[in-house]
Amino acid sequence: MKNFLIVLVSFIGLQSAAFSQDMTALINKVSAKLNQVNDYTAEGSLKTDVSFIKAPSGKVKVYFKKPDKFKLKKDGGISILPKGGVSINMNSMVMTNNYVALAAGESTIDGVKTKIVKLLPTDENSEIVLSTLYIDEANLLVRKAVTTTKENGTYEMGLTYGKYSNYGLPDKVVFSFNTKDYKLPKGITLEFDEGEKPSDLDKLKNKKGKVEITYTSYTINKGVDDSVFK
Amino acid sequence: MWKLLQIELYKIFRRPRTYISFAAITALIGVIQLGLKMDGDAYVDFLMSSLKDNFEFDGKILNAYLVCYIILQLLLIHVPLLISLIAADMISGEANMGTLRLLLTKPVSKTEFILAKFFASAVYTLMLLVWIAVFALALSIWLFGTDDLIIQKTSYVVQIGENDVFWRYIGAFGFAFLSMLTVTALGFFLSLFAENSIGPIVTTMSIIIFFTILSTMTIPLFQKIQPYLFTTHMVNWKEFFDEKVDSQNVVIPGSIQSPEKLLNSALVLVLHIVGLVSASVFIFKRKDVLS
Repeated sequence: MKNFLIVLVSFIGLQSAAFSQDMTALINKVSAKLNQVNDYTAEGSLKTDVSFIKAPSGKVKVYFKKPDKFKLKKDGGISILPKGGVSINMNSMVMTNNYVALAAGESTIDGVKTKIVKLLPTDENSEIVLSTLYIDEANLLVRKAVTTTKENGTYEMGLTYGKYSNYGLPDKVVFSFNTKDYKLPKGITLEFDEGEKPSDLDKLKNKKGKVEITYTSYTINKGVDDSVFK
Repeated sequence: MWKLLQIELYKIFRRPRTYISFAAITALIGVIQLGLKMDGDAYVDFLMSSLKDNFEFDGKILNAYLVCYIILQLLLIHVPLLISLIAADMISGEANMGTLRLLLTKPVSKTEFILAKFFASAVYTLMLLVWIAVFALALSIWLFGTDDLIIQKTSYVVQIGENDVFWRYIGAFGFAFLSMLTVTALGFFLSLFAENSIGPIVTTMSIIIFFTILSTMTIPLFQKIQPYLFTTHMVNWKEFFDEKVDSQNVVIPGSIQSPEKLLNSALVLVLHIVGLVSASVFIFKRKDVLS
Protein backbone atom coordinates (compact mmCIF):
# COMPACT_ATOMS: atom_id res chain seq x y z
CA MET A 1 0.00 0.00 0.00
CA LYS A 2 2.82 2.33 1.00
CA ASN A 3 4.65 1.62 -2.24
CA PHE A 4 1.49 2.20 -4.22
CA LEU A 5 1.06 5.63 -2.60
CA ILE A 6 4.65 6.59 -3.37
CA VAL A 7 4.15 5.58 -7.00
CA LEU A 8 0.86 7.50 -7.19
CA VAL A 9 2.31 10.70 -5.69
CA SER A 10 5.36 10.48 -7.97
CA PHE A 11 3.07 9.97 -10.97
CA ILE A 12 0.92 12.99 -10.10
CA GLY A 13 4.07 15.04 -9.52
CA LEU A 14 5.48 14.07 -12.87
CA GLN A 15 2.18 14.76 -14.60
CA SER A 16 2.03 18.29 -13.13
CA ALA A 17 5.63 18.93 -14.05
CA ALA A 18 4.99 17.75 -17.58
CA PHE A 19 1.85 19.94 -17.81
CA SER A 20 3.76 22.95 -16.49
CA GLN A 21 6.54 22.27 -18.96
CA ASP A 22 4.05 22.22 -21.83
CA MET A 23 2.67 25.59 -20.86
CA THR A 24 6.13 27.05 -20.56
CA ALA A 25 6.80 25.93 -24.11
CA LEU A 26 3.61 27.63 -25.28
CA ILE A 27 4.51 30.81 -23.42
CA ASN A 28 7.98 30.70 -24.94
CA LYS A 29 6.47 30.40 -28.42
CA VAL A 30 4.15 33.38 -27.81
CA SER A 31 7.06 35.29 -26.35
CA ALA A 32 9.24 34.46 -29.36
CA LYS A 33 6.53 35.81 -31.66
CA LEU A 34 6.32 39.04 -29.66
CA ASN A 35 10.11 39.25 -29.64
CA GLN A 36 10.11 39.90 -33.39
CA VAL A 37 9.13 43.43 -32.41
CA ASN A 38 11.99 45.47 -31.01
CA ASP A 39 10.06 48.70 -31.01
CA TYR A 40 6.95 50.24 -32.48
CA THR A 41 5.05 53.46 -32.81
CA ALA A 42 1.31 53.06 -33.16
CA GLU A 43 -1.47 55.50 -33.88
CA GLY A 44 -5.01 55.02 -32.74
CA SER A 45 -7.92 56.38 -30.79
CA LEU A 46 -8.62 56.29 -27.07
CA LYS A 47 -12.03 56.01 -25.48
CA THR A 48 -12.44 56.20 -21.71
CA ASP A 49 -15.58 54.77 -20.20
CA VAL A 50 -15.53 55.32 -16.46
CA SER A 51 -18.90 55.95 -14.87
CA PHE A 52 -17.84 59.09 -13.03
CA ILE A 53 -15.61 60.54 -15.74
CA LYS A 54 -16.99 62.44 -18.71
CA ALA A 55 -14.12 62.43 -21.17
CA PRO A 56 -13.94 63.01 -24.91
CA SER A 57 -12.43 60.37 -27.17
CA GLY A 58 -9.17 61.36 -28.77
CA LYS A 59 -6.29 60.33 -30.98
CA VAL A 60 -3.31 58.71 -29.29
CA LYS A 61 0.21 57.69 -30.13
CA VAL A 62 1.67 54.64 -28.45
CA TYR A 63 5.40 54.01 -28.21
CA PHE A 64 7.06 50.73 -27.24
CA LYS A 65 10.68 49.71 -26.97
CA LYS A 66 12.17 46.48 -25.70
CA PRO A 67 12.25 45.26 -23.06
CA ASP A 68 9.48 47.14 -21.26
CA LYS A 69 9.40 50.80 -22.26
CA PHE A 70 5.83 51.82 -23.01
CA LYS A 71 4.28 55.26 -23.40
CA LEU A 72 0.83 56.39 -24.44
CA LYS A 73 0.47 60.03 -25.48
CA LYS A 74 -2.76 61.77 -26.37
CA ASP A 75 -2.50 63.99 -29.44
CA GLY A 76 -3.30 67.27 -27.73
CA GLY A 77 -5.15 67.19 -24.46
CA ILE A 78 -4.91 65.32 -21.20
CA SER A 79 -5.12 61.54 -21.07
CA ILE A 80 -6.78 59.87 -18.10
CA LEU A 81 -5.77 56.23 -17.76
CA PRO A 82 -6.10 53.60 -15.05
CA LYS A 83 -2.99 53.58 -12.92
CA GLY A 84 -0.54 50.93 -14.06
CA GLY A 85 -3.14 49.37 -16.33
CA VAL A 86 -2.36 50.57 -19.81
CA SER A 87 1.37 50.28 -19.33
CA ILE A 88 0.81 46.54 -18.85
CA ASN A 89 1.26 45.77 -22.52
CA MET A 90 1.53 42.31 -24.00
CA ASN A 91 5.31 42.24 -23.84
CA SER A 92 5.44 42.98 -20.14
CA MET A 93 2.57 40.60 -19.46
CA VAL A 94 4.12 37.58 -21.14
CA MET A 95 6.93 37.15 -18.68
CA THR A 96 10.02 35.61 -20.17
CA ASN A 97 11.66 34.43 -17.00
CA ASN A 98 11.04 33.97 -13.30
CA TYR A 99 7.57 32.52 -13.63
CA VAL A 100 5.69 29.29 -13.31
CA ALA A 101 3.18 28.54 -16.05
CA LEU A 102 0.24 26.35 -15.13
CA ALA A 103 -2.45 25.02 -17.39
CA ALA A 104 -5.94 25.93 -16.25
CA GLY A 105 -8.17 24.44 -18.95
CA GLU A 106 -9.61 25.75 -22.15
CA SER A 107 -12.08 28.44 -23.09
CA THR A 108 -13.59 30.09 -26.17
CA ILE A 109 -13.04 33.81 -26.68
CA ASP A 110 -15.01 35.46 -29.51
CA GLY A 111 -15.45 32.05 -31.18
CA VAL A 112 -11.75 31.19 -30.94
CA LYS A 113 -10.66 28.18 -28.90
CA THR A 114 -8.01 29.20 -26.34
CA LYS A 115 -5.82 27.57 -23.73
CA ILE A 116 -5.94 29.11 -20.29
CA VAL A 117 -2.51 29.58 -18.78
CA LYS A 118 -1.86 30.93 -15.33
CA LEU A 119 1.47 32.68 -14.87
CA LEU A 120 2.82 32.91 -11.36
CA PRO A 121 5.93 35.03 -10.87
CA THR A 122 8.60 33.44 -8.73
CA ASP A 123 10.09 36.82 -7.82
CA GLU A 124 8.46 37.96 -4.58
CA ASN A 125 8.99 41.61 -5.49
CA SER A 126 7.10 41.34 -8.76
CA GLU A 127 4.29 43.91 -9.12
CA ILE A 128 2.20 41.26 -10.89
CA VAL A 129 0.73 38.69 -8.52
CA LEU A 130 -0.99 36.50 -11.09
CA SER A 131 -1.64 36.61 -14.82
CA THR A 132 -4.19 34.48 -16.58
CA LEU A 133 -3.68 34.34 -20.32
CA TYR A 134 -6.16 32.99 -22.83
CA ILE A 135 -3.90 31.88 -25.67
CA ASP A 136 -5.01 31.05 -29.21
CA GLU A 137 -2.59 28.17 -29.65
CA ALA A 138 -3.00 27.89 -33.41
CA ASN A 139 -2.01 31.52 -34.07
CA LEU A 140 0.07 32.04 -30.92
CA LEU A 141 -1.98 35.09 -29.95
CA VAL A 142 -3.14 36.19 -26.51
CA ARG A 143 -6.88 36.83 -26.85
CA LYS A 144 -7.53 37.84 -23.27
CA ALA A 145 -5.44 38.51 -20.18
CA VAL A 146 -6.49 38.96 -16.59
CA THR A 147 -3.77 40.44 -14.40
CA THR A 148 -3.80 40.92 -10.67
CA THR A 149 -1.30 43.44 -9.38
CA LYS A 150 -0.16 44.30 -5.88
CA GLU A 151 -0.88 48.01 -6.02
CA ASN A 152 -3.47 48.56 -8.72
CA GLY A 153 -5.98 45.74 -8.41
CA THR A 154 -7.12 43.43 -11.19
CA TYR A 155 -7.23 44.36 -14.87
CA GLU A 156 -8.81 42.52 -17.73
CA MET A 157 -7.51 43.05 -21.21
CA GLY A 158 -9.42 41.92 -24.27
CA LEU A 159 -7.45 41.86 -27.52
CA THR A 160 -8.69 41.79 -31.08
CA TYR A 161 -6.28 41.13 -33.91
CA GLY A 162 -6.15 42.14 -37.56
CA LYS A 163 -3.42 42.87 -40.05
CA TYR A 164 -0.61 43.03 -37.47
CA SER A 165 -1.37 39.61 -35.98
CA ASN A 166 1.87 38.22 -37.50
CA TYR A 167 3.75 40.35 -34.98
CA GLY A 168 1.31 39.57 -32.16
CA LEU A 169 0.16 43.19 -32.12
CA PRO A 170 -3.54 43.86 -31.56
CA ASP A 171 -5.86 46.16 -33.54
CA LYS A 172 -7.99 46.81 -30.51
CA VAL A 173 -7.35 46.55 -26.79
CA VAL A 174 -10.05 46.91 -24.16
CA PHE A 175 -8.92 47.35 -20.56
CA SER A 176 -11.50 46.72 -17.87
CA PHE A 177 -10.90 47.56 -14.26
CA ASN A 178 -12.81 48.08 -11.05
CA THR A 179 -13.42 51.64 -9.99
CA LYS A 180 -13.89 52.95 -6.51
CA ASP A 181 -16.69 55.33 -5.61
CA TYR A 182 -15.90 58.94 -6.36
CA LYS A 183 -17.20 61.68 -4.13
CA LEU A 184 -15.84 65.10 -3.29
CA PRO A 185 -17.12 67.40 -0.53
CA LYS A 186 -19.25 70.29 -1.76
CA GLY A 187 -16.94 72.66 0.10
CA ILE A 188 -14.13 71.77 -2.30
CA THR A 189 -16.12 71.75 -5.53
CA LEU A 190 -18.24 74.77 -4.51
CA GLU A 191 -21.24 73.04 -6.08
CA PHE A 192 -24.22 73.58 -3.87
CA ASP A 193 -27.12 72.60 -6.10
CA GLU A 194 -28.92 69.26 -5.94
CA GLY A 195 -26.76 67.66 -8.63
CA GLU A 196 -27.70 64.28 -10.10
CA LYS A 197 -30.86 62.43 -9.31
CA PRO A 198 -30.44 59.25 -7.18
CA SER A 199 -31.11 56.92 -10.14
CA ASP A 200 -28.19 58.46 -12.05
CA LEU A 201 -25.96 58.05 -9.02
CA ASP A 202 -26.84 54.35 -8.74
CA LYS A 203 -25.95 53.94 -12.40
CA LEU A 204 -22.60 55.61 -11.72
CA LYS A 205 -21.77 53.26 -8.83
CA ASN A 206 -22.52 50.00 -10.60
CA LYS A 207 -20.32 50.31 -13.64
CA LYS A 208 -16.83 48.99 -14.27
CA GLY A 209 -14.22 51.21 -15.79
CA LYS A 210 -13.12 50.60 -19.36
CA VAL A 211 -10.46 52.07 -21.61
CA GLU A 212 -10.55 51.19 -25.28
CA ILE A 213 -7.63 51.74 -27.65
CA THR A 214 -8.24 51.11 -31.34
CA TYR A 215 -5.02 51.07 -33.32
CA THR A 216 -5.10 52.29 -36.90
CA SER A 217 -1.45 51.76 -37.82
CA TYR A 218 1.85 50.47 -36.49
CA THR A 219 5.36 51.41 -37.49
CA ILE A 220 7.41 48.39 -36.45
CA ASN A 221 11.17 48.12 -35.85
CA LYS A 222 11.98 51.56 -37.23
CA GLY A 223 13.55 52.75 -33.99
CA VAL A 224 12.05 54.85 -31.19
CA ASP A 225 14.02 57.54 -29.40
CA ASP A 226 14.46 57.00 -25.66
CA SER A 227 13.47 60.61 -24.96
CA VAL A 228 9.87 59.71 -25.84
CA PHE A 229 9.57 57.64 -22.67
CA LYS A 230 10.69 60.40 -20.28
CA MET B 1 -30.53 109.75 -23.69
CA TRP B 2 -27.05 109.13 -25.13
CA LYS B 3 -25.86 112.47 -23.75
CA LEU B 4 -27.31 111.62 -20.35
CA LEU B 5 -25.56 108.26 -20.41
CA GLN B 6 -22.25 109.93 -21.28
CA ILE B 7 -22.67 112.34 -18.37
CA GLU B 8 -23.46 109.52 -15.96
CA LEU B 9 -20.49 107.49 -17.16
CA TYR B 10 -18.27 110.53 -16.76
CA LYS B 11 -19.50 110.91 -13.20
CA ILE B 12 -18.93 107.24 -12.39
CA PHE B 13 -15.41 107.12 -13.78
CA ARG B 14 -14.37 110.41 -12.17
CA ARG B 15 -14.91 109.00 -8.71
CA PRO B 16 -11.85 107.33 -7.19
CA ARG B 17 -14.19 104.81 -5.51
CA THR B 18 -14.97 103.31 -8.92
CA TYR B 19 -11.40 102.15 -9.32
CA ILE B 20 -11.33 100.35 -5.97
CA SER B 21 -13.18 97.44 -7.61
CA PHE B 22 -10.78 97.29 -10.56
CA ALA B 23 -7.79 97.46 -8.24
CA ALA B 24 -9.21 94.83 -5.88
CA ILE B 25 -9.94 92.46 -8.76
CA THR B 26 -6.51 92.98 -10.30
CA ALA B 27 -4.86 92.30 -6.94
CA LEU B 28 -6.98 89.21 -6.24
CA ILE B 29 -6.45 87.69 -9.67
CA GLY B 30 -2.74 88.54 -9.51
CA VAL B 31 -2.36 86.86 -6.13
CA ILE B 32 -4.20 83.72 -7.27
CA GLN B 33 -2.15 83.53 -10.48
CA LEU B 34 1.10 84.08 -8.59
CA GLY B 35 0.20 81.39 -6.06
CA LEU B 36 -0.71 78.90 -8.77
CA LYS B 37 2.36 79.73 -10.82
CA MET B 38 4.64 79.21 -7.83
CA ASP B 39 2.97 76.23 -6.20
CA GLY B 40 0.19 75.18 -8.54
CA ASP B 41 1.31 71.57 -8.85
CA ALA B 42 0.81 71.00 -5.14
CA TYR B 43 -2.66 72.55 -5.42
CA VAL B 44 -3.53 70.31 -8.38
CA ASP B 45 -2.21 67.28 -6.48
CA PHE B 46 -4.54 68.17 -3.63
CA LEU B 47 -7.47 68.68 -6.00
CA MET B 48 -6.81 65.42 -7.81
CA SER B 49 -5.92 63.38 -4.72
CA SER B 50 -9.15 61.40 -4.86
CA LEU B 51 -8.43 60.41 -8.47
CA LYS B 52 -4.66 60.06 -8.48
CA ASP B 53 -4.81 56.84 -6.45
CA ASN B 54 -6.50 55.10 -9.35
CA PHE B 55 -5.67 57.12 -12.45
CA GLU B 56 -2.67 58.51 -14.23
CA PHE B 57 -2.94 61.90 -15.87
CA ASP B 58 -0.73 62.87 -18.75
CA GLY B 59 -0.95 66.49 -19.82
CA LYS B 60 -1.05 69.98 -18.40
CA ILE B 61 -3.85 69.90 -15.83
CA LEU B 62 -2.86 73.28 -14.43
CA ASN B 63 -3.51 75.41 -17.49
CA ALA B 64 -5.14 78.78 -18.19
CA TYR B 65 -8.63 77.34 -18.48
CA LEU B 66 -8.46 75.71 -15.06
CA VAL B 67 -6.90 78.83 -13.51
CA CYS B 68 -9.69 80.97 -14.98
CA TYR B 69 -12.33 78.54 -13.69
CA ILE B 70 -10.83 78.65 -10.18
CA ILE B 71 -10.73 82.47 -10.29
CA LEU B 72 -14.33 82.74 -11.49
CA GLN B 73 -15.51 80.30 -8.85
CA LEU B 74 -13.91 82.41 -6.15
CA LEU B 75 -14.55 85.87 -7.59
CA LEU B 76 -18.09 85.71 -8.85
CA ILE B 77 -19.32 85.29 -5.28
CA HIS B 78 -17.55 88.48 -4.20
CA VAL B 79 -17.87 90.72 -7.25
CA PRO B 80 -21.51 91.56 -6.38
CA LEU B 81 -20.22 93.28 -3.26
CA LEU B 82 -17.97 95.47 -5.41
CA ILE B 83 -20.78 96.21 -7.84
CA SER B 84 -23.09 97.34 -5.07
CA LEU B 85 -20.54 100.05 -4.18
CA ILE B 86 -21.44 101.86 -7.39
CA ALA B 87 -24.97 100.70 -8.21
CA ALA B 88 -26.39 101.40 -4.76
CA ASP B 89 -24.88 104.88 -4.86
CA MET B 90 -26.42 105.97 -8.15
CA ILE B 91 -29.49 107.77 -6.77
CA SER B 92 -28.74 107.95 -3.07
CA GLY B 93 -25.35 109.52 -3.80
CA GLU B 94 -27.01 112.36 -5.69
CA ALA B 95 -29.57 112.72 -2.91
CA ASN B 96 -26.79 112.85 -0.35
CA MET B 97 -24.97 115.61 -2.24
CA GLY B 98 -28.22 117.47 -2.79
CA THR B 99 -27.86 117.41 -6.56
CA LEU B 100 -30.82 115.17 -7.36
CA ARG B 101 -33.42 117.92 -7.33
CA LEU B 102 -31.10 120.18 -9.28
CA LEU B 103 -30.60 117.54 -11.96
CA LEU B 104 -34.33 117.07 -12.32
CA THR B 105 -34.80 120.74 -13.13
CA LYS B 106 -33.24 119.98 -16.52
CA PRO B 107 -35.62 119.28 -19.44
CA VAL B 108 -35.26 115.52 -19.15
CA SER B 109 -38.03 113.09 -18.22
CA LYS B 110 -37.69 111.19 -14.96
CA THR B 111 -37.80 107.90 -16.91
CA GLU B 112 -34.95 108.95 -19.18
CA PHE B 113 -32.98 110.19 -16.20
CA ILE B 114 -33.32 106.99 -14.21
CA LEU B 115 -32.74 104.72 -17.20
CA ALA B 116 -29.57 106.63 -18.11
CA LYS B 117 -28.34 106.13 -14.55
CA PHE B 118 -29.15 102.42 -14.70
CA PHE B 119 -27.47 101.94 -18.09
CA ALA B 120 -24.40 103.76 -16.79
CA SER B 121 -24.16 101.36 -13.85
CA ALA B 122 -24.72 98.48 -16.31
CA VAL B 123 -21.75 99.72 -18.37
CA TYR B 124 -19.67 99.82 -15.19
CA THR B 125 -20.72 96.22 -14.43
CA LEU B 126 -19.84 95.16 -17.97
CA MET B 127 -16.44 96.83 -17.78
CA LEU B 128 -15.73 95.09 -14.49
CA LEU B 129 -16.50 91.73 -16.08
CA VAL B 130 -14.41 92.52 -19.16
CA TRP B 131 -11.60 93.42 -16.76
CA ILE B 132 -11.98 90.04 -15.04
CA ALA B 133 -12.07 88.27 -18.41
CA VAL B 134 -8.88 90.01 -19.57
CA PHE B 135 -6.97 89.25 -16.39
CA ALA B 136 -8.41 85.84 -15.49
CA LEU B 137 -8.49 84.38 -18.98
CA ALA B 138 -6.24 86.31 -21.36
CA LEU B 139 -3.42 86.84 -18.85
CA SER B 140 -3.70 83.23 -17.66
CA ILE B 141 -3.42 82.00 -21.26
CA TRP B 142 -0.19 83.96 -21.53
CA LEU B 143 1.09 82.72 -18.16
CA PHE B 144 -0.04 79.08 -18.11
CA GLY B 145 -0.81 78.09 -21.70
CA THR B 146 -3.85 76.03 -22.63
CA ASP B 147 -4.89 72.38 -22.55
CA ASP B 148 -8.02 70.38 -21.78
CA LEU B 149 -10.10 71.62 -18.88
CA ILE B 150 -10.68 69.09 -16.11
CA ILE B 151 -13.35 70.04 -13.61
CA GLN B 152 -14.16 68.04 -10.53
CA LYS B 153 -17.82 68.07 -9.58
CA THR B 154 -19.17 66.54 -6.38
CA SER B 155 -19.87 63.13 -7.90
CA TYR B 156 -18.15 63.16 -11.27
CA VAL B 157 -15.32 64.61 -13.31
CA VAL B 158 -15.72 66.50 -16.58
CA GLN B 159 -12.96 66.75 -19.17
CA ILE B 160 -13.55 69.36 -21.85
CA GLY B 161 -11.39 69.33 -24.96
CA GLU B 162 -9.07 72.32 -25.42
CA ASN B 163 -10.88 73.37 -28.62
CA ASP B 164 -14.24 73.15 -26.90
CA VAL B 165 -13.54 75.46 -23.96
CA PHE B 166 -13.23 79.04 -25.22
CA TRP B 167 -16.82 79.47 -26.41
CA ARG B 168 -17.96 78.16 -23.01
CA TYR B 169 -16.07 80.99 -21.32
CA ILE B 170 -17.75 83.51 -23.63
CA GLY B 171 -21.09 82.00 -22.62
CA ALA B 172 -20.12 81.92 -18.95
CA PHE B 173 -19.06 85.58 -18.98
CA GLY B 174 -22.29 86.48 -20.79
CA PHE B 175 -24.25 84.64 -18.11
CA ALA B 176 -22.15 86.23 -15.37
CA PHE B 177 -23.06 89.62 -16.84
CA LEU B 178 -26.75 88.78 -16.37
CA SER B 179 -26.03 87.71 -12.78
CA MET B 180 -24.10 90.87 -11.99
CA LEU B 181 -26.69 93.03 -13.72
CA THR B 182 -29.28 91.57 -11.35
CA VAL B 183 -27.15 92.77 -8.45
CA THR B 184 -26.79 96.15 -10.18
CA ALA B 185 -30.57 96.38 -10.57
CA LEU B 186 -31.08 95.45 -6.92
CA GLY B 187 -28.56 97.99 -5.63
CA PHE B 188 -29.97 100.60 -7.98
CA PHE B 189 -33.53 99.90 -6.79
CA LEU B 190 -32.53 100.18 -3.13
CA SER B 191 -30.70 103.45 -3.75
CA LEU B 192 -34.07 105.08 -4.45
CA PHE B 193 -35.08 104.82 -0.83
CA ALA B 194 -32.13 106.42 0.93
CA GLU B 195 -30.46 109.77 1.09
CA ASN B 196 -27.00 108.46 1.78
CA SER B 197 -25.09 105.64 0.05
CA ILE B 198 -24.17 103.54 3.06
CA GLY B 199 -27.70 102.25 3.68
CA PRO B 200 -28.40 100.84 0.19
CA ILE B 201 -24.83 99.50 -0.21
CA VAL B 202 -24.99 97.61 3.08
CA THR B 203 -28.56 96.45 2.40
CA THR B 204 -27.59 95.12 -1.05
CA MET B 205 -24.59 93.30 0.42
CA SER B 206 -26.72 91.90 3.24
CA ILE B 207 -29.39 90.60 0.85
CA ILE B 208 -26.73 88.93 -1.31
CA ILE B 209 -24.97 87.34 1.67
CA PHE B 210 -28.26 86.21 3.23
CA PHE B 211 -29.63 84.76 -0.02
CA THR B 212 -26.29 83.13 -0.89
CA ILE B 213 -26.25 81.34 2.46
CA LEU B 214 -29.84 80.18 1.94
CA SER B 215 -28.92 79.03 -1.60
CA THR B 216 -26.00 76.94 -0.41
CA MET B 217 -27.51 75.21 2.63
CA THR B 218 -28.84 71.74 1.90
CA ILE B 219 -31.61 71.88 4.48
CA PRO B 220 -34.94 70.60 3.03
CA LEU B 221 -36.85 73.71 4.15
CA PHE B 222 -34.38 76.02 2.40
CA GLN B 223 -34.20 73.77 -0.65
CA LYS B 224 -37.88 74.49 -1.26
CA ILE B 225 -37.28 78.22 -1.52
CA GLN B 226 -33.92 78.03 -3.33
CA PRO B 227 -35.42 78.03 -6.86
CA TYR B 228 -37.01 81.41 -6.06
CA LEU B 229 -33.78 83.06 -4.93
CA PHE B 230 -31.82 84.87 -7.62
CA THR B 231 -28.55 83.90 -5.90
CA THR B 232 -29.31 80.23 -6.68
CA HIS B 233 -29.44 81.07 -10.39
CA MET B 234 -26.43 83.38 -10.34
CA VAL B 235 -23.97 80.48 -9.99
CA ASN B 236 -25.41 78.56 -12.93
CA TRP B 237 -22.74 79.89 -15.30
CA LYS B 238 -21.05 76.61 -14.32
CA GLU B 239 -23.58 74.76 -16.48
CA PHE B 240 -21.54 75.85 -19.49
CA PHE B 241 -18.81 73.56 -18.18
CA ASP B 242 -20.77 70.32 -18.07
CA GLU B 243 -21.17 68.12 -21.12
CA LYS B 244 -23.55 65.48 -22.39
CA VAL B 245 -22.29 61.96 -23.03
CA ASP B 246 -23.48 59.39 -25.56
CA SER B 247 -24.57 55.82 -24.81
CA GLN B 248 -20.92 54.77 -24.58
CA ASN B 249 -20.14 57.46 -22.00
CA VAL B 250 -18.10 59.47 -24.51
CA VAL B 251 -18.50 63.23 -24.38
CA ILE B 252 -20.44 64.89 -27.19
CA PRO B 253 -18.23 67.87 -28.15
CA GLY B 254 -19.99 71.23 -28.06
CA SER B 255 -22.83 69.98 -25.87
CA ILE B 256 -24.17 71.32 -22.58
CA GLN B 257 -25.56 68.88 -20.01
CA SER B 258 -28.60 70.97 -19.02
CA PRO B 259 -29.26 73.81 -21.48
CA GLU B 260 -32.80 74.08 -20.15
CA LYS B 261 -31.47 74.76 -16.63
CA LEU B 262 -29.21 77.44 -18.07
CA LEU B 263 -32.06 79.05 -20.01
CA ASN B 264 -34.37 78.88 -17.01
CA SER B 265 -31.79 80.58 -14.80
CA ALA B 266 -31.09 83.22 -17.45
CA LEU B 267 -34.82 83.89 -17.72
CA VAL B 268 -35.19 84.22 -13.94
CA LEU B 269 -32.31 86.71 -13.86
CA VAL B 270 -33.72 88.72 -16.81
CA LEU B 271 -37.11 88.84 -15.05
CA HIS B 272 -35.42 90.13 -11.90
CA ILE B 273 -33.60 92.82 -13.87
CA VAL B 274 -36.69 93.92 -15.78
CA GLY B 275 -38.79 93.79 -12.61
CA LEU B 276 -36.36 95.79 -10.48
CA VAL B 277 -35.67 98.40 -13.18
CA SER B 278 -39.39 98.79 -13.95
CA ALA B 279 -40.12 99.14 -10.25
CA SER B 280 -37.34 101.72 -9.98
CA VAL B 281 -38.83 103.76 -12.85
CA PHE B 282 -42.34 103.42 -11.44
CA ILE B 283 -41.36 104.49 -7.92
CA PHE B 284 -39.04 107.29 -9.05
CA LYS B 285 -41.72 108.77 -11.31
CA ARG B 286 -44.03 109.04 -8.32
CA LYS B 287 -41.33 110.08 -5.89
CA ASP B 288 -41.40 113.56 -4.48
CA VAL B 289 -37.75 114.54 -4.80
CA LEU B 290 -36.87 116.87 -1.96
CA SER B 291 -33.09 116.52 -1.77
